[in-house]
Amino acid sequence: MTLPADAIDRDAVELEEVWRDPPGIWGWFTTTNHKVIAKRYIITAFLMFIAGGIEAGLMRAQLMRPGNTLVGPDRYNQLFTTHGTTMMFLFAVPIMTAMGLYFVPLMVGARTVAFPRLNAFGYWTYVVAVVFLYVSLFVNTGPDAGWFAYPPLSGPEYSPGHRVDVWAQVVTFTEIAALVAAVNVIVTTFKMRAPGMSLNRIPLFVWAQLVVAFMIIFAMPAVAVGSTLMLAADRALNMHWFNPAEGGDALLWQHVFWFFGHPEVYIIFLPALGFITPIIETFTERPLFGYSAVVLANITTAFFAFGLWVHHMFATPIPEVGQSLFTAASMLITIPTAVQIFCWIATLWGSRPRLAVPLLFVLGFFFTFVNGGITGVMLASVAFDKQAHDTFFVVAHLHYVLLGGGVMPLFGALHFWFPKVTGRLLNERLGKWQFWLFITGVNLTFFPMHILGLNGMPRRVYTYLPETGWGPLNLLATVGAVIIVLSVVVFLVNVAKSWKGGEIAGDNPWNSSGLEWAVPSPPPSYSFLHTPFVTGRHPLWETTDGLPVVTGLSVHERQVLVTTTFDAVPDYRHSMPSSSIWPMYLALCMGLVFIGSIFSPYFVLGGLGISLLGLVGWAWTASNKREEERVALPDGAVEA
Amino acid sequence: MHSAFDPHSPQARAVAHLWWWMFGVGFAIWMGVTLAMLTSIRRRDATEPDSEEGKNVRGHTLAIYVGATLVVLLVFLGYDFAVGRSLAERSAPAVKILVTGHQWWWELEYEDSVPSRRMITANEIHVPTGQLIEVKVRAADVIHSFWAPNLQGKRDLIPGYLSTVWFRADTPGVYRGQCAEFCGLEHAKMAFYVVAQPPAAYAAWRAASSAPHTPPADSIAATGQRVFLSSGCPLCHTIAGTDARATVGPSLSHLASRMTLAAGTLENTRENLMSWIVNPQALKPGVHMPPIPLKPAELSALVTYLETLK
Repeated sequence: MTLPADAIDRDAVELEEVWRDPPGIWGWFTTTNHKVIAKRYIITAFLMFIAGGIEAGLMRAQLMRPGNTLVGPDRYNQLFTTHGTTMMFLFAVPIMTAMGLYFVPLMVGARTVAFPRLNAFGYWTYVVAVVFLYVSLFVNTGPDAGWFAYPPLSGPEYSPGHRVDVWAQVVTFTEIAALVAAVNVIVTTFKMRAPGMSLNRIPLFVWAQLVVAFMIIFAMPAVAVGSTLMLAADRALNMHWFNPAEGGDALLWQHVFWFFGHPEVYIIFLPALGFITPIIETFTERPLFGYSAVVLANITTAFFAFGLWVHHMFATPIPEVGQSLFTAASMLITIPTAVQIFCWIATLWGSRPRLAVPLLFVLGFFFTFVNGGITGVMLASVAFDKQAHDTFFVVAHLHYVLLGGGVMPLFGALHFWFPKVTGRLLNERLGKWQFWLFITGVNLTFFPMHILGLNGMPRRVYTYLPETGWGPLNLLATVGAVIIVLSVVVFLVNVAKSWKGGEIAGDNPWNSSGLEWAVPSPPPSYSFLHTPFVTGRHPLWETTDGLPVVTGLSVHERQVLVTTTFDAVPDYRHSMPSSSIWPMYLALCMGLVFIGSIFSPYFVLGGLGISLLGLVGWAWTASNKREEERVALPDGAVEA
Repeated sequence: MHSAFDPHSPQARAVAHLWWWMFGVGFAIWMGVTLAMLTSIRRRDATEPDSEEGKNVRGHTLAIYVGATLVVLLVFLGYDFAVGRSLAERSAPAVKILVTGHQWWWELEYEDSVPSRRMITANEIHVPTGQLIEVKVRAADVIHSFWAPNLQGKRDLIPGYLSTVWFRADTPGVYRGQCAEFCGLEHAKMAFYVVAQPPAAYAAWRAASSAPHTPPADSIAATGQRVFLSSGCPLCHTIAGTDARATVGPSLSHLASRMTLAAGTLENTRENLMSWIVNPQALKPGVHMPPIPLKPAELSALVTYLETLK
């Protein structure tokens, strides 16, 4: 349907009035705009990347030469534990889900996420975790039993004090935040897609986010039970889950932890793969070869990811026949990842793409990640793993996977979608500097670690003797780390310069095909003036004179269109809740409950008491209005 | 002296062969993918991927490469299982050693059917070459991991579990090992040595280590023994044949015969021993041994006595 121009302007003004946040500082705390929250989420998570990077830098400085005394064992143990905890729980998972919280609604043509207040609650819960961990570190109570916190070392007898309690509660907060985000992504994807976007037209970015959201729902409860109900109970209530002297089992924790911990890797990795597809499609100007294969590969990876956890435990006394099953499963998961890589190469094949910065990072991904994938297959071998396990070989492997498979696509994605979020392009020249410094730094830092590991250097050692001969390669790794730091500095300079002074991007600077490029840059608070109508997998490439739109949604309230799960047929109109302070209030109350529980059970009672007020306030001001009236589809659209 | 690349046992050699095979295959695959990527962006292909021909060519190629990946994985799986089986094959062991991990040192007990020939020592494992060694491992406090890369892969020491690892050293030599599971403050300084000796030399070492303790002959050493027994030392340590029988810290019965102090942290010299006794925290911060304040003459006599414990 086409509308007269002045009607469009009037609608835009009214929509802005309805969807915008309250003004001023109050609006800052009460916002439920998914784009505002996700942008904050991404920035906070990136600050955590920098914090974790500083910790890594200190560790590299300490290991630069044998017998160095820059940091002692006590501080070193806090550093590597906080580095791992930060990078896994406060950087990687949050930034990947935050990218989803920003772009999934835009990509499926929705005005917001399914549960905007829950989304705000998740972010504030995450902020509690960030503040709590870093305040603790600065008052010398940083966790020091490793990001894996194996009991009995993390138990009450060998880790007295509150350091491990800090770890357990930080993990609990991040699990809650991740679960909340997962629920939001699933319901947004299933129920809020623009009409016409049937399941087989969902962008692959969204598929990856959807699959990961399901993984989060199955994986996170394991570690939540482990850290909150078992480890914290052992420490605070004298339970004996992991104490063999009282009939507990020290190995039980490792099962619980890695049942979460291995899928965690794919929770970071799959969204990154989701970034790659639109980047390749855009710069090759071709649809991806093998859409269905890639969707199935994502789902298969998610299933297999839950059947591999024992390969973290090959050195424990688990029966050998049982271990061999996990060897086979660990090798098998190579297949779906290989399928995706082959599909991307098949798309790139003969396309002569423009080597823009996002695509450079994707090519860097191939170069670096495949290395990490191959060492991963090696580590699936029980016999070899018993040599390599818990050495720098594994440090090398996991950083190749996470930096190559996670952070490289992430940087590509940040370059790619920065213009959408800010309205301005990042500087291309600085971007290329960043890329070449990064790929050099990563390989220089982590490649020597393979050799160090097989030369006998275990992980998590704060020093080593000169006669081990590990000095030169460690020095090389430290030089590489300096180059990574330079690369990140170049990126920060680029962001700082381009945010206000970069080239104006326009709606669709890369001539990309997804719905997110149909809205202005940066998108208005209501995102889509009219809900688009989707006729294929690449909406912007398939129409030449603007997207067909759906009309009939109210401009006087925060109304969204709910569609059916499979075929995205309009179902009913739903009113979204207003901005609210209660999500933040409730997150802070929950912080009080969990952090207070370290010190006294009375905090739990008191905290739950004041939480009740928050729940009442939240429910009181919520909206559940639902209107069955149908909306008008564009002319010629076939109603299912 | 401390490397999985330099195997000195059939067990470590089998794994090293597996590694080099995997390295070769893995490197070829990595090169292949990198080259495919670079080629793909360099050349201009006539067939667009969404044309019928482009789809067919790409579909067939994809199937071939996925099939090839599967074949490589299956071969690898078979090879890995074969190596696993070869590591599991064993005959009756010639020497049985019980290793107990402590924060941050290794307690070693040589088992023997004759109780008087059982022997307890620490941090330095002597084994005969060419014979099968059985090492049972367990932990006294937290999880540790026993690993001598030249000889065998690692095995975790988990409280509440007793597990076993076997190896056979081919060539005489001194092989370093180190705790591989994070075990607290001084995880970095929890090393040990495996000394592989020809059977005759091993038998001599074993006899000397089980020999009854002789009281110190010269007067300074005798003074040193009195210092040892009257200070805090016997609260934690054992010296066979004396009243010191505590098992909190490592046995000192044959301290002077060991190459290193404090689980591979320091060379075993008179000066190092003196500074260690006076202030171990300066050398291994967090170690469970307290500083022992002694007058210089007492310290000197004590160390002279300890040096007689061959």
